[in-house]
Amino acid sequence: MFAYAIQRILYTLPVMLGVSVVCFALVHIAPGDPLISILPPDASSELQERLRILYGFDRSYVEQFFMWLARVLQGDLGTSIASGRSVTLEVSRAVGNTLMLAAVATVLGFTLGCLFGFVAGYFSNSPLDKLASAAAVFGVSVPHYWLGIVLVIVFSVGLGWFPSSGAGPGGSANWRFDYEHALYLVLPAITMAVIPMGIVARTVRALVADILAQEFVIGLRARGLGQFHVFLHVVKNAAPTALAVMGVQMGYLLGGSILIEVVFSWPGTGMLLNTAIFQRDLPLLQGTILVLATFFVVLNLLVDLLQTALDPRIKR
Amino acid sequence: MRAVMRLNPEDRSKMGGRIVAGGQDVTRMSRRRLNRFRGAEAAMIFQEPLLALDPVYTIGMQIVETIRVHERISRADAWARALDLFERVQIPSPERRLNAYPHELSGGMRQRAMIALALACWPQLLLADEPTTALDASVQIQVLLLLRQLQRDLGLSIIFVTHDIGAAVEVADRIAVMYAGRIVEEASARDLINTPRHPYTIGLLKSRTHDAMVKEHKLDTIPGAPPDLANLPEGCAFAPRCYLAQDACRRGVPDLQQLEGGRTVRCRRIDRTAPELRSAAAQ
Repeated sequence: MFAYAIQRILYTLPVMLGVSVVCFALVHIAPGDPLISILPPDASSELQERLRILYGFDRSYVEQFFMWLARVLQGDLGTSIASGRSVTLEVSRAVGNTLMLAAVATVLGFTLGCLFGFVAGYFSNSPLDKLASAAAVFGVSVPHYWLGIVLVIVFSVGLGWFPSSGAGPGGSANWRFDYEHALYLVLPAITMAVIPMGIVARTVRALVADILAQEFVIGLRARGLGQFHVFLHVVKNAAPTALAVMGVQMGYLLGGSILIEVVFSWPGTGMLLNTAIFQRDLPLLQGTILVLATFFVVLNLLVDLLQTALDPRIKR
Repeated sequence: MRAVMRLNPEDRSKMGGRIVAGGQDVTRMSRRRLNRFRGAEAAMIFQEPLLALDPVYTIGMQIVETIRVHERISRADAWARALDLFERVQIPSPERRLNAYPHELSGGMRQRAMIALALACWPQLLLADEPTTALDASVQIQVLLLLRQLQRDLGLSIIFVTHDIGAAVEVADRIAVMYAGRIVEEASARDLINTPRHPYTIGLLKSRTHDAMVKEHKLDTIPGAPPDLANLPEGCAFAPRCYLAQDACRRGVPDLQQLEGGRTVRCRRIDRTAPELRSAAAQ
């Protein structure tokens, strides 16, 4: 197990290197001179040349890449062009908010998805199954920004139960653990949980049906195990795959929540990406993408390790 | 075999008649009573232990779980019994093997573990569903001998289903030959081998490979193919392939007839099968 973990961690190094190359290349693939967004339109060519040397744009791409990489490794992602603040700072604050939202949505989606999936798979083709499967299909197919807007209309505008946007009272962008802040989390978290809920439910349903059709279930019943004990075996057999699916989903939640964060004005990474794209803030965009990609890699690593711990058939 | 434990899906199978085990009718047991019966009074060995064991639990965990479902006993005591069982089924270094997952054992070892699991609650009845089919020949005989020995040591009753009549002879006191879902002949192992009376049994014994090893000697076979079980022929199911079949055989299923020596045969032409075997023995 330990050797496998080390090996698996080492495998992430080349992946991370590739990610950073892509992130770096973004700046240079993007059309136009990166300096144009900084310089005033009437800047002299002399000033342009000085800045070019200052930013290191006169050197080769390879040299630039390693200079950039060296700074990134020291935790310096550069300076935002639009706000003039450190990208590291901006990203880390947004990451905190997004993590909070993603964590709640993951727990919610995974719990409901497993519940629906197990019920549907265990009582397959019963009315319960039909109901749970319908919920799952709804979850997978409903456009979540639309659902977000509908939820806002119903629960914020109509009923006034929950605030419609922001991450805290008075437009506060910093998360705190109290009731006030928790209220702001409810609608975006539900909206966000719907897709993973549907995907997990469908995966788990198929898994459970598949496991129940295996001969060992008959073997378990032949030993006199009751429904409950058989169910425990099914859960343990389904767990590794369900977790793997959830890991991937959580990765999407961490990075792919742009639409939801914009709908709810949630000050997370998705919102930040959105701002960075529209303001052509390349360092910010670069830094955010790099951080999100790192999350994805680390998350996959964790899921892999967890799966190995849970499923003895994966080679240790 | 699975019907004895009522393991077939209830909503998709029809059950009639009675299944009596230890004086109890299995078909009329409540769900709760059935769970006590399964594992504790009657246990089952499957054909392919790799499929019949839960792949994500160690063998030891599965044995302990089975014991604790049926008896109020501590985990440590259950584990000690599992160890004892593993020694009984002659698994080397049992401690280590208890902690192994099913896929980590060899085929023969797995079947021994399966037997240990079946014996976990000291059942009186052991149902063995082709337990040696998936094993290679040298391991087969070891498992057969082990079953035989356990049967003697523990006073077990074993119902052993097999396609291999050689295996049946090795383990059985009594043999019942089945064709197309019906018992066609039942006798003590010795009688059945020496003086088979049903044409199917005769054909089966003649088609063993022993004689065919002699040069210029063709392997005897039974012509035709087994019938479609969902669409059995009227009358004796074996009639279309039987060299003794008459018109009467194709009308109505023959009854089981009692013969002397406590044997039964389901055939209308047994008057012709007795001399037949004499010529077969002469060959």
